[in-house]
Amino acid sequence: MSDGPTDLPAPREAPDAGPYWQAAREDRLVMQNCYGCGTYRFFPSLLCPECGSEEQVWGPCSGRGTIYSLTTVHRAPSPAFRKIVPYTVALIELEEGPRMMTNIVGEGRNEAAIGDAVEVCFEARGTDAKVPQFKLAGA
Amino acid sequence: MLRNKAIIAGAADSDVGKVPEMSGLALNAQAAQRALADAGLALSDVDGLITAYSMTEPYFMLGSVLAEYLGITPSLCASLTVGGATPGIALHQAAMAVATGEAEVVLVTAGENRATGQSRDDAVKALSHVGHPYFEMPYGPIVPSFYALIAQRYMHENGTTREQMAHVAVAARAHARMNPAAPAAEALSVDDVLASKPISSPLNMLDCCLISDAASAFVVTKPERAPDLPHRPAWLLGIGQCHTHEHVTMAKDLTAFGSAHSGAKAYAMAGLGPADVDFAELYDCFTIVPIIEAEELGLAPKGEGGQLFESGETRIGGRCPINTHGGLLSYAQAGASGGMHGIVEAVRQLRGGEGVRQVAKHDIALVHNEGGVLSSHCTMILGRDAQ
Ligand SMILES: [Zn+2]
Repeated sequence: MSDGPTDLPAPREAPDAGPYWQAAREDRLVMQNCYGCGTYRFFPSLLCPECGSEEQVWGPCSGRGTIYSLTTVHRAPSPAFRKIVPYTVALIELEEGPRMMTNIVGEGRNEAAIGDAVEVCFEARGTDAKVPQFKLAGA
Repeated sequence: MLRNKAIIAGAADSDVGKVPEMSGLALNAQAAQRALADAGLALSDVDGLITAYSMTEPYFMLGSVLAEYLGITPSLCASLTVGGATPGIALHQAAMAVATGEAEVVLVTAGENRATGQSRDDAVKALSHVGHPYFEMPYGPIVPSFYALIAQRYMHENGTTREQMAHVAVAARAHARMNPAAPAAEALSVDDVLASKPISSPLNMLDCCLISDAASAFVVTKPERAPDLPHRPAWLLGIGQCHTHEHVTMAKDLTAFGSAHSGAKAYAMAGLGPADVDFAELYDCFTIVPIIEAEELGLAPKGEGGQLFESGETRIGGRCPINTHGGLLSYAQAGASGGMHGIVEAVRQLRGGEGVRQVAKHDIALVHNEGGVLSSHCTMILGRDAQ
């Protein structure tokens, strides 16, 4: 997968995740942080799944995590992804707790393994969007 | 408490495989007609109808559409969408309806023309919508990817091997080749599975279930009708559900799932345990899945589901035959029909007389359905007799 602009689909931006996508445009990863219990959560939601509180702030994340699991995709779901097979889909466990799905991009991406340290980067999509992606730490 | 409160009076599948001359509704109607005939009943006896969903014929209200198509006017009707867990959950609903007297004869159907009703590309595209539209789909996963993520983590933590997963597919094919209703197919070896086309590592083409035209149906009624039936019914002894997440990203753990909980509920209701199970029909959309389910449901110790399949004990003739019809891997998979074929097979095996496929001891069957990405679970324990 190249690290430059692609014709991969722009993300669909749900109304309750505006700050997440706006931060991504600015190369920042943010997630909802609960005032009630301090938990970071993802996917975004109105109520904290831990304590039920509605009070939250979009807090900055370190962007650091480890690979929880990963798979190399050989059969893509659409023509845009077909151009870049094989590519890696992974679940990342963030330092803050939540897991998120990503591709592994950049140097060494084909040798990535469970437990490897990764850090966030951002990939341009569509005309004015970016999606968080992860690369091996230090790559 | 539903133990002994409902029976499956009849069960049947439609023609399965490639059936291009039939619509999805027609497949459901064919299965329904056969299941009702098996129960010695007619469409006019049906006062409850529960069906599933269809990707190839995505009607807005499939239950009502099927009632209209069958020409019936039930007093209870619904379409359920719980992925592969739908048939079990429909059985649960149907059993509650007959146990409370809200319905007398509930017809349950599922299935669609997934092999010929859409192009292969459309099939892959439609199924990819199982992923989260905002936070998963931007990364290009396909359905096998979600299960591949589980398989990879499971192999990492429990030492499950690719060869053990291949044995699941090999056993399923061997059983399908003993099943006259299954699509004709060559015998498989472990090497064939390992050498098949990579889809989403570690899953290859032969680790993935079929895409079929198929429907399935069963008829649930109250136990008082048992003596009047043309065939021995299957008794619902225990049933349990558990729903832990929908998207794989949100699963708390990729090595422990809701099937342990749905199984515990079903066993408790039945007053039985894993040692009482004579044979099992597990959900096998991908080869890793029945390995996990066998462990979660107590048919193998934790971390040893792979060895169970490798040992040959899951073959017909073995200690615990599993997926005696050939499963989703080698019999049929058409959306929600996948798990229902296992229910139909269990009803028939309990009755006896399945020829070369008949398991030796057939008093207690365990059936497990799961939907999503090991997200929604329903475990059923069916008996040849009331318990
Ligand atoms: Zn909270």
